[in-house]
Order: sequence, then C-alpha cells, then structure tokens
Amino acid sequence: MEETNKMNETTKKEEQTSTQKIGIYLWIWLLLFVLSFFSYMVDWYQFQGMLRWSLILFFMFLKAGLIMAFFMHLFWERYALVNVLLWPMTAIACFIFLMTAEFKYTLFSRFFYFVVGGV
Amino acid sequence: MSEQKIDGFELKPGFKGMASDTGSDQTMFKGVHWGKAMMWIFLLSDTFVFSCFLISYMKGRGSTIVDWPNTSEVFSLHVGGVPVPLLLIAIMTFVLITSSGTMALAVKYGYEKNRKMCGWLILATAVGGLTFVGMQVFEWSKLIHEGVRPWGNPFGASQFGSFFFMITGFHGFHVSIGVIFLFIYTYKVFAGHYESKKRGWFTKMKGDYVEIEILGLYWHFVDLVWVFIFAFFYLW
Repeated sequence: MEETNKMNETTKKEEQTSTQKIGIYLWIWLLLFVLSFFSYMVDWYQFQGMLRWSLILFFMFLKAGLIMAFFMHLFWERYALVNVLLWPMTAIACFIFLMTAEFKYTLFSRFFYFVVGGV
Repeated sequence: MSEQKIDGFELKPGFKGMASDTGSDQTMFKGVHWGKAMMWIFLLSDTFVFSCFLISYMKGRGSTIVDWPNTSEVFSLHVGGVPVPLLLIAIMTFVLITSSGTMALAVKYGYEKNRKMCGWLILATAVGGLTFVGMQVFEWSKLIHEGVRPWGNPFGASQFGSFFFMITGFHGFHVSIGVIFLFIYTYKVFAGHYESKKRGWFTKMKGDYVEIEILGLYWHFVDLVWVFIFAFFYLW
C-alpha cells in the first residue's frame, strides 16, 4: 500500500483533463432527436395498449441512458461513482412496485363502495 | 469526465477499481472534483423528489374511477384550424434536447480552454432554456383559460390538474433556476474568470472549467427529468 499514500490532493489537481472527440456528442445529439421524433410518432399514429406503453418505455429508457452515459459522462467515470449513483435507483423500482399494489387496492375499493354500493 | 491518471496511484479499471477506490482509506471518488461529486449527490436526491411526484401521479391516475383526460387532445394546438396533437410539447422537447446538446459541447470546449466557443454555447443553452420556460408559461395560461384547476377540470378526472401543475411546475422551476445560472456562467466565461482563477461567491474554490461541467450536469438532469415527464405524463 506504499503507492496509495503518495496520492494527495495537490498531485491530482494538476492533471489535464482529456476531452472526447466532438463526433460522439454530435452523434448522441442526433440520436436523441431521432428517438424523440419516434416517441412523438407513437402518439401521432395513436398506437394503443401494450404496443404504445412498451414503445414509450423503450424510447424513454434509451434517451435517458444516452443522456446519462455520454452527456453526463457516466460512461467514462470510474465505477466507484457510477455504482453509488445507480444502485439507489432500485429503491425507486421497489417503491413503484409497492404503489402499484396500492393503487389497485384503492381502485378496487372505490369500485366496490362507490359504484357497486358495498355489501 | 474524471481525470483518469493520478500520480503514484494505480487506478484499476472496473469493479476491481471500485473495490480498491472504496477501500483505499482516502477519498473514494478518485479524480472527481468535490464540486462534481456534490452535484451528483444533489441530483441523486432530486431524482428521488421527481420519482415521488411521478409515482404519486401513477397512484392517482391508476386509482381514479373517472376517465383520465386524453392528453393528446388536451395539449393539442390548432394550426390553420386543424388540431395537431401534442405539438407544443413536441417543440418543447426538441428545444430542451437542443439546449442539452449545446451544453455538452460547451463542457467539451471549456475543457479545451476555448473560452469564446464555450461562452457562446452556454449562451445558446440559456436562450434555449428561456424559450422552454416561455412555452411552458404559454401552455399553463392556455390550460388555465380552458378551466383546468388543481381541484378539477372539464376534461375528466379531477386529479389531472393538481398533478399537471405540480410536476410541470417543479420541473419549470428547475429550468428557471438553470437559466439564471447559465446566464451567470456565460458572464463568468466571457469575463475570463477561469483563466484568471477568480474565486466564486460561495466558495474558496479557484475558478476552473470544471464548474462548467458541474453546471452541465445540472442542465442535462433537467433534460433527463423532462424525458420521463414527456413519457409518463404526456404520452402515456
């Protein structure tokens, strides 16, 4: 662990940050435009049901992934940072799962007591 | 992006690198400016705020027994007498993506110490953000004229208004704050604060183009949130 101790705040700040080529940004930019256009087309052609929802989610996650990976540079960051940022998202997935069960129960109760009229 | 070389310290790639970074008894985010790490932590917490809004919207929309308003009709614009569904929202989406692209390039030119190019691109981003907020004001006033209120509306389920104003309002607030900072940083870049290492107002940190990347992270996040709002609120 000798080499570990040599690192300090001053040495790391002197390093010149390398930048990516401009092409990658322009490509991602273009892709975002195309994907947004496609997701608008989902509404334009009035796709319904599972097709609509899966297409919306597909384009949404693709766009979000491109923005985070390349515009926000997560693709080039070290795993220590990337993992700290991405794992907490699983908590959101759990919350969505819980609230799905909750709204189904609320919907059932409303139908049962407001529409059907209870027992 | 982070500086990938640190003198006297071997940066291992991948999960091995993560383990050694985390267990190094030192700063965990190697080569990451503290301001950038803090911005990421803030954005993570902001992600949770917006997630809570969107999840409560899911819960509200899923549990109402009245039909949800048809967003593609509610948000349509009349062009030459013909209703075009979601037209304004589509334009807003493209404006925000355009400004995100100019911001990404501004960060790149900033790191290359191309002061003029960086400044102009940040200014373009600010103008894009301002356009977005302007269109949102138009959209709000149009809906308010049509009788949409947080407690009810003529189109369907009464929860629609409260979720609409809450979610787009909070997002619009983020954009507005972003626009203010974009204009401030346009000035700072053109004035050469990063060449002269002038200190900021809240910090002893010497001015550096890494601040432009931190600003960029915030701006891309605003765009990122809009991707989710566009998908769940307008398209779903």
